[in-house]
Amino acid sequence: MSHDDANPMLVTPAGVSRRNFIKGVVAGSVAVSSAAYLFRGSTPLSGQARSGSVERLLTLTVNGQTRRVDVAPQETLAMTLRYKLGLTGTKLGCDRAECGACTVLVDDVPRYSCSVLTHAVRTQKIQTIEGLASADGTLHPVQRGVVEEQGFQCAFCMSGFIMATVGFLKKNPNPTREQLAHGVSGNLCRCQDYDKILTALERGAALSREVARG
Amino acid sequence: MADSRLVGKNYVTPDLVAKVTGKAKYAEDFRAEGMLFAKLLLSPVPHGRVRSIDTSAAEAMPGVRAVLRASELPAPADNVTDLGETIRANPKAERALTDEPVYAGEPVLAVAAIDEETAAAAIEAIRVDFELLPFVVDPLASLRPDGPNPRLEGNVWGRAPVAPGQPPAPLDIQELKWTAADFAEYDQGKMPMGKPQVEWSYGDLEAGFKNAALVLDETFSVANNQHHVLEPRSALAYWQNGKLHIHSGTQSAVQTVASISRWLRLDPADVVLITEYTGGGFGSRATGSVQCMIPALLAKKANAPVMMRITREEEQAIGGIRPAVHGRAKAGFAKDGRLLALDLYMVGENSAYEAQADAASGGRYVSLLYQPEAMRSRAITVLTNTPPRRAQSQPGGLQAIMIVEPVIAKAARKLGLDQVAIRRLNAPEGKAKLGPANAKGERGYATSAFIKNALDLGKEQFRWDERKARSGQRMGSKVRGVGVSVSTFVGGSTGFDGLFVIKPDGKMYVQSGVGNLGTESAFDVHRVAAELMGMPWENVVISWGDTSQPLPWTCVSGGSQTAAAMSRAAHAAASDAAAKAKEIAAKVLGGSPASYRLADGRVFSGGRGMTLAEVARRAIDMGAKYDGHELPDDLNKVTATAATAMAGQGLMGVARDTYPRDGASFSFVAGFAEVEVDIETGHYAVIDYTAIGDSGTIIHPRAYGGQLLGRGVLGMSHALSLKTVYDQHYGLSLTQRFYQSRPPTILDIPRNMKWEAVNIPDPETPTGVRGIGEPPVAAGACAILNALSDALGDDVYRRAPVTMDSILMALEHGRPMQDPLTAHI
Repeated sequence: MSHDDANPMLVTPAGVSRRNFIKGVVAGSVAVSSAAYLFRGSTPLSGQARSGSVERLLTLTVNGQTRRVDVAPQETLAMTLRYKLGLTGTKLGCDRAECGACTVLVDDVPRYSCSVLTHAVRTQKIQTIEGLASADGTLHPVQRGVVEEQGFQCAFCMSGFIMATVGFLKKNPNPTREQLAHGVSGNLCRCQDYDKILTALERGAALSREVARG
Repeated sequence: MADSRLVGKNYVTPDLVAKVTGKAKYAEDFRAEGMLFAKLLLSPVPHGRVRSIDTSAAEAMPGVRAVLRASELPAPADNVTDLGETIRANPKAERALTDEPVYAGEPVLAVAAIDEETAAAAIEAIRVDFELLPFVVDPLASLRPDGPNPRLEGNVWGRAPVAPGQPPAPLDIQELKWTAADFAEYDQGKMPMGKPQVEWSYGDLEAGFKNAALVLDETFSVANNQHHVLEPRSALAYWQNGKLHIHSGTQSAVQTVASISRWLRLDPADVVLITEYTGGGFGSRATGSVQCMIPALLAKKANAPVMMRITREEEQAIGGIRPAVHGRAKAGFAKDGRLLALDLYMVGENSAYEAQADAASGGRYVSLLYQPEAMRSRAITVLTNTPPRRAQSQPGGLQAIMIVEPVIAKAARKLGLDQVAIRRLNAPEGKAKLGPANAKGERGYATSAFIKNALDLGKEQFRWDERKARSGQRMGSKVRGVGVSVSTFVGGSTGFDGLFVIKPDGKMYVQSGVGNLGTESAFDVHRVAAELMGMPWENVVISWGDTSQPLPWTCVSGGSQTAAAMSRAAHAAASDAAAKAKEIAAKVLGGSPASYRLADGRVFSGGRGMTLAEVARRAIDMGAKYDGHELPDDLNKVTATAATAMAGQGLMGVARDTYPRDGASFSFVAGFAEVEVDIETGHYAVIDYTAIGDSGTIIHPRAYGGQLLGRGVLGMSHALSLKTVYDQHYGLSLTQRFYQSRPPTILDIPRNMKWEAVNIPDPETPTGVRGIGEPPVAAGACAILNALSDALGDDVYRRAPVTMDSILMALEHGRPMQDPLTAHI
């Protein structure tokens, strides 16, 4: 299977295939592929493209897959993920590095994707919430911890918290509750469900250690 | 439900795996073919009038598809309530766009373009000429004899007098000013108390004060608190075959269709709302957000789907604010701590739009919570040029309790009483009375109250006596204090409908009309129905969040109604289906229906029985009421329509909650906190917090604990940090982003909080359940305030939040240095 087949949402003006375009339309409940709604239109408007807004075709590594995508110079990673690659699990709560809802891993380090330019990470490995579970649907241990402890309420902050935790655990696999709290202190939850969240993430850390031990 | 298998047990809610994998779609996660993007032009002034707008340059820009002006909005429609009562549209109420903005940041017009950058460029190219109008951002400033008005007509809502026997005049804006004499004590920091809008009382107030061993007279201010929902109120709208399809967050899937159709003057049948996940509401999205009509109208005009992404600054402007309240409480106590008389006056701050009733309603909660022998409550709600006030968790109850709790704490210290003991002495019990008497001279009362049990349980769990012994002791520059607070709010409504069908595949298909805010009540309440039906939970399939599906009439997920109201409705529907199943079994297998029981997906009596799958097949054969072809007469029309659409598919459970209820449902919480204050820096940390709930039977312990502590932290944010700041000279917000007004992070609260519940069923509801969303808030806020005064003594603060600098200044000067009366500082 070519990577295009594995990625029905992958649509670029350079590389769109008719088959995948149709699959993209079928996959969404309301619609569609990304080609129709590019946040910054990739086709210059009647030759009036603003200077500095010309998109370039980049190759990104997202969730272990190579994704080719047109990206404007000022485009943030959050916008590329959400509006070009269809990875809407990454949320935008503030768009200015204040809330952490957009946290993804860049080379295993938690980063606010609202404040990272996509052009700056083209050589790095990007992981989003969609890339955590195995292909067969087996949840990542941190995801399992959240499910087992009913962590979070509205969950708009959830993917950011989970990605921050997964990143934190890579360097600190055996944190205390206190250390783990510091690890996710860059993430805001307005349901203020912190106590239950921390319990769920602690459970996720314990499950991660179990998995690591085999 | 003593031998319950589902109620009272933890389980994995059906929305959770979608949430942890990123598959759960919130409004901004949907895409539509040919989708345009909308941007808003926001008012740069706190009050102005559009003289002229030139959109020609914007409309000439390539990629711009539509411009929407306020003049293009449909006129506000009257609201016909469920009971057939017509509520006339208020022409001066908040709308989605306006040509007379009454707060800085109010949307004036909107543009749709092929991408957001083009839309933003178009907004920049639009020229608006505003006539600047007088403005005010401080309610007490507006009440001064020569104070400015936020609207041309005045500063309060009121009704013109009418001749006797005539119907009341419609609500309109009027001018209300107090006299200079009313402000005589203002400079001493005592809240002026001029003419109120609302006043009630009971008992002999003067006698109470005369007999009191201690009389306190305290002024205290509770700040505005933005809702700060993490998901901004973005919305996607498109039209298909004449129907509006809209993706938007809300606290009620069912009732938001009614509000959208009213805003847009559409038949509710022509509105499809998709709202499976909502990123926080806290009262600000009760029946959706009026701004969601902007993409709907732009989509119609441009003939293409429109996504309106709301930025954080826009969210802070339009998203909603809990009203600040300036309060003054005069309280008389007997020597033993009994509250003999309470005279409460509250000035509520409002936007220049619809009045939020916090100040007017708060007195009721206080009258229930402390059972004063005599009480007077006075209130006024003053309009200002600040953003719309919306209900926020425990509206009114929070502010009133925050004004009175420090007074109780101070009284206990003056009288040498234990803080837990004085609250227990004054606590309500059983069918405790509240508020003023009605026309017949009768006072209302609660269905039940077990807050005394909660105080006893908390005292033990928190090791109150042990911690109290060490409070006030210095450790270097640190000093600790402990605080306890009680709290209450309404805990359930009645009269809604339940609806489900058990199909021949043996599964129970439940239609949930509850908005999904993650409190999990959208799912939890249906555990009650499954339990009664003896239906294994893995065979229950719940649909929610898509109003093109048949949904029953459902309460708004707000005001702690849902767990009580919708578990009653689920109980009613399950009782209906259980009775039908037994009738079917008796008919097929013999015996009397009453001899049959339901368990494990079967209906059986002794050795004979059948599966519910078989019952479903028989129900379809028998038709009539069994499969929903005949419906009860008392259903809401929304439910009747939904049930008709589901008829003939299996055994239908459908019923309205007509269970009796003697009294009104109120829930209670007792909160216990310990703080450590550094008297050299004014910094303080919350060391520990325990919350004990009294809200009847618990359906889902983990979700319950999340509310008890989570809402408690929302309350703590009132004590610790959150407020709005407005520049008095320019009327502009200085709290537009999280970094300027930041909700507590995980490091701002104790790392290991505890919760527990009394868990005594409410005797006035068949499920025993009361709601728990609201009362944790004031418990969290006031436990912190009271712990601070325990550590530092009385007269350190006179407004909340209590910030480091105010503590330091008060300690240096030996008296409170905060001005409690100026708004937005």
